[in-house]
Amino acid sequence: MTATPVSPSEPELGRARKRKEDARLVTGRTRWTDNMSPPGTVHLAVLRSPVAHARISSIDTSEARRMSGVHAVVTGADIAQRQGSLPCAWPVTEDMKAPDAPSMAVDSVNFAGEAVAMVAARSAAEARDALDAIDVDYEDLDVVLDIESAARDGSPLVHEELGTNRNATWTFDSVEAGTGGDVEQALRDAEVRVDRTFRQQRLIPAFMEPRSVLVDPTGEQYTVWSATQVPHILRTMIAMTLGTPEHKVRVIAPDVGGGFGGKLQVTPEEMLTFLMAEQLGRPVKWTESRSETMISGHHGRDQVQRLSLAARADGTVTGLKVDLLADMGAYLRLVSPGVPILGALMFNSIYKFDAYRFTCTNVFTNKTPTDAYRGAGRPEATFAIERMMDELAAELDMDPMEVRRRNWISHEEFPFDTIAGLTYDSGNYEAATDRAMEMFGYQQLRDEQVQRRQRGDTVQLGIGISTFTEMCGLAPSRVLGSLSYGAGGWEHSQVRVLPTGKVEVVTGTSPHGQSHVTAWSQIVSDRLGVPFEDIEVLHGDTQSSPRGLDTYGSRSLAVGGIAAVQASDKVVDKAGKIAAHMLECSEQDLDFAEGRFAVRGTDKGVGITDVALAAFTAHDLPEGVEPNLDAEASYDPENFSFPHGTHLCAAEVDTETGGVRIRSYVCVDDVGSVVNPLIVEGQVHGGLAQGIAQALYEEAIHDEDGTLTTATFADYLVPSTMDLPEFRTDRTETEATSNPLGVKGVGEAGTIASTPAVVNAVVDAIRHYGVTDVRMPCSPQRVWRALSEARSSSATEAESGGGLGSSDSDGGFATGGDR
Amino acid sequence: MIPAEFDYVAPSTVEEAVRTLSSAGEDAKVLAGGQSLLPVLRMRLADPSLVVDLGKVAEMRGIREEGDELVIGAMTSHHDVLRDDLVSEHAGLIALTTRTVADPQVRHRGTFGGSITHADPAGDLLAPVLAMDAEMVVAGPSGRRNIAAREFFVDYFTTAIEPDEILVEVRLPKYTGWSAHYEKFNRVAQAWSVVGVATTVLVEGGKIARARVGLTNMGATPIRAEGVEQALLGAAPTEEAIRQAAARATEGTSAGSDANADVDYREHLAEVLTGRALATAASS
Ligand SMILES: Cc1cc2nc3c(=O)[nH]c(=O)nc-3n(C[C@H](O)[C@H](O)[C@H](O)COP(=O)(O)OP(=O)(O)OC[C@H]3O[C@@H](n4cnc5c(N)ncnc54)[C@H](O)[C@@H]3O)c2cc1C
Repeated sequence: MTATPVSPSEPELGRARKRKEDARLVTGRTRWTDNMSPPGTVHLAVLRSPVAHARISSIDTSEARRMSGVHAVVTGADIAQRQGSLPCAWPVTEDMKAPDAPSMAVDSVNFAGEAVAMVAARSAAEARDALDAIDVDYEDLDVVLDIESAARDGSPLVHEELGTNRNATWTFDSVEAGTGGDVEQALRDAEVRVDRTFRQQRLIPAFMEPRSVLVDPTGEQYTVWSATQVPHILRTMIAMTLGTPEHKVRVIAPDVGGGFGGKLQVTPEEMLTFLMAEQLGRPVKWTESRSETMISGHHGRDQVQRLSLAARADGTVTGLKVDLLADMGAYLRLVSPGVPILGALMFNSIYKFDAYRFTCTNVFTNKTPTDAYRGAGRPEATFAIERMMDELAAELDMDPMEVRRRNWISHEEFPFDTIAGLTYDSGNYEAATDRAMEMFGYQQLRDEQVQRRQRGDTVQLGIGISTFTEMCGLAPSRVLGSLSYGAGGWEHSQVRVLPTGKVEVVTGTSPHGQSHVTAWSQIVSDRLGVPFEDIEVLHGDTQSSPRGLDTYGSRSLAVGGIAAVQASDKVVDKAGKIAAHMLECSEQDLDFAEGRFAVRGTDKGVGITDVALAAFTAHDLPEGVEPNLDAEASYDPENFSFPHGTHLCAAEVDTETGGVRIRSYVCVDDVGSVVNPLIVEGQVHGGLAQGIAQALYEEAIHDEDGTLTTATFADYLVPSTMDLPEFRTDRTETEATSNPLGVKGVGEAGTIASTPAVVNAVVDAIRHYGVTDVRMPCSPQRVWRALSEARSSSATEAESGGGLGSSDSDGGFATGGDR
Repeated sequence: MIPAEFDYVAPSTVEEAVRTLSSAGEDAKVLAGGQSLLPVLRMRLADPSLVVDLGKVAEMRGIREEGDELVIGAMTSHHDVLRDDLVSEHAGLIALTTRTVADPQVRHRGTFGGSITHADPAGDLLAPVLAMDAEMVVAGPSGRRNIAAREFFVDYFTTAIEPDEILVEVRLPKYTGWSAHYEKFNRVAQAWSVVGVATTVLVEGGKIARARVGLTNMGATPIRAEGVEQALLGAAPTEEAIRQAAARATEGTSAGSDANADVDYREHLAEVLTGRALATAASS
């Protein structure tokens, strides 16, 4: 897609505008937190525990204190009273068990990577050198790593004082909710029953800019710069955690280089940098290394998913039971316990199930805490149900797309109340699927698959499907309240028309790569009839943008963008009053189009720029109109938005090496109305890369002591363009009915959809050898092992089975190739 | 990721470099392209007091012919090796292998000699150097000496070079007219080899007259697959002959386990990849 010049009267919405932000960001002429150093800045380095679970018996900092350039050395004991406990804003149940979460360990460490001391020094190098001189004695405790054994009674405990490793158990039952039937009954009555266990491996958000925090205490307010997605939340949480009054804290998220949920956090390091600045009375800056990100920034996913699906022999699903264990790691961070709950509402996906039961138990282990990672709960749910639909198809020997068609909500049925209690406002799964199947060449690929099987080719072909939807646009405050979330989901915007007719748009969302500046300019340009170039978008500073709830959950456009629409409309209303006064007519006689108020039926009119000047001079304003052309709006959506799409993956599996190559990837996404197709395309591509990465490459691995062995990019495999196929994308546009732009959000769609498409393709390629699952990431070794095991077991039990229904008998992984 | 403090010198001749090294004792480190050394320093896996940068030693850079031999200066970048006509003509295996090393940025900084002296068993250039019977020319306080590739690789990240010596150049017999292939198996494009197979063969009259096979990451050092070489001699490169030869790929290997591959899988890969490397080389 290219940006093409168009006539000024063509609407901005839908135009493939190149991004305003690019010139600055791409050339690096920009303002990352680490680029800034107010005069007198000292540098902070954090010493981290090398062990996963231990009591701290002593810390000797005397040598470090004497080293050159060192201003201060601080341990957890020094700030034990001052540091408070890091916030968890999502207490999912009333009886949730939550440990104290100090920013710096005081008497025990609970994961390898936890902060145990910090040094502030003249230079970053001197701070780093001094860490080596700090002597910590650890007294080892039992390390709890495996989520399943951690959940069992009698397991050694991560937090002795809690008396259990179980944080909370959250359930949803369609009988109790009054949305459907009894799943146990459905399973008893099932003509076909499919039981599977899937493992969502632990992932590490790999944003490009490592985290960095700078705190300057020398003004009236503390100014905090942080590479964060959530400056507004951070400001409130600093106040609530440390007791520093909120009005004495200003938070700025300057240019932020990616987040993917990894910067949706209130971090220990933000608190520690703040406390050091407070103690020293001078600016303090902390910037992490990549390995520090890997061990101490929060991780994502990490669930064991047990599913039972009941269906009729014709492929109609009658019930789904989901039983999850979710690994919280050692502490609860900002929304850790709620992440799997977001998934709870999505296991039924685009389908009509009669009965549904979801149970999730959150479990503590001695690992880095987990929290939101692109998709947060929804990728896990989508993966599980889309894998199950393929397994059901295999069980019934039906085409997997046919099984989906039989169960999905048809486009005439919207709005649709789901078994999980949501109302999907709109969608057209048929249209997206038809388009995707056509682009993909589904039938030709199936034919080739048959031929390869018949020939016994070394390279086998598999086709993977993922028809997905997700709830995004977080969120209606009322629903968040009912899910026990600690805040609302509204968003705020202010639109200010300057005396010269230029416009400033203030948004409470906080972009870190998503192109808000471009998209908001397009939206407001259409609303006010002011040129795209004449609009500036202000964000990410609690001083210039005082109200907002920041960027995550694909909410910025569907919530924050609508606030900007509403503020713009208020500006037009107000300008209309002034224009009518200027034109000596009644407001009702005015038409507003392309930035001009015209008196209907005449050639008289006035432009919004003239109105702005009139508002500014205020020489002659109508009665009761304030002398400005500004307006603000807070918007709380009525509903989530529900993007959907059909993703198709063809994967070649080398049966000798186990290597997987994606041969083609087609996706047709429906993200509602599109503000800028270039931005949507970019979000989809990046999302696909991350979802494919989970399917094939990425995995956080710990050794038996709890040390992360994948703490560099040499071991934690993030794919590059070289490893990814050419993506063929298209869109259908079914407008969201819940907001005036008809937009849905696209930030997470690619990630949520792609993972199961790829794994389904891998399994499909080798299913005829008897393979029914490959654990993620589907590394060559795992694929090869799954094949070897399936081949040897099919040799021994050639004639078993036969009846409908299958299960991975011991609750383990059916020929899963576990390593 | 900040290295511990060190002193830095950048001599301009081999002699000066060697003198500086030997007077600094064991606590000095040589810097070539820095692509392996800098991460080691930044992670503080090493903290030398002196870093001797060879970047200004002009005589260590470049490729030349000397009679039957091709000489590659240790400081020649991967990029320059890749683009060199002499290398493609007389040492095709080196050119093909270098193409699989890392990415363009790393290949512009990283050097041929640095890769070899770093002696990472997953490094790709070791197996070709071993298979091609290269000789390493090393300079030390008492002058220069040549070390045969078979004696050069001692253990994980360990070569026969003494701490006060530097690798000056690598001398390769010419393999003019041989065909070659490097079969690299890795997980993502920029990753090191899980297993790699380097092979170069001379096909004469439809038969394999001579064969060289080296394995990457099948032990603490690169491994010469002599059993495979022997099995091929005089054979027509048929599917069956190659399969039989490749079946001997794991003789003499001592592969380890890591997150990418356990021993059994690695051994399996060595056989499969050897077959593929030979088939490609013999048909090119
Ligand atoms: C992202 C990335 C990906 C990579 N991928 C690959 C890959 O796929 N395959 C692969 O083979 N390699 C790979 N490498 C390694 C790369 O090839 C390095 O260039 C190489 O290993 C080291 O060469 P260098 O010139 O950078 O040496 P340096 O890092 O400067 O030095 C490495 C070691 O050798 C010593 N040394 C260097 N030169 C001499 C000399 N002349 N005499 C004595 N000692 C010397 C140094 O003291 C040091 O101990 C990768 C590196 C990176 C950063």
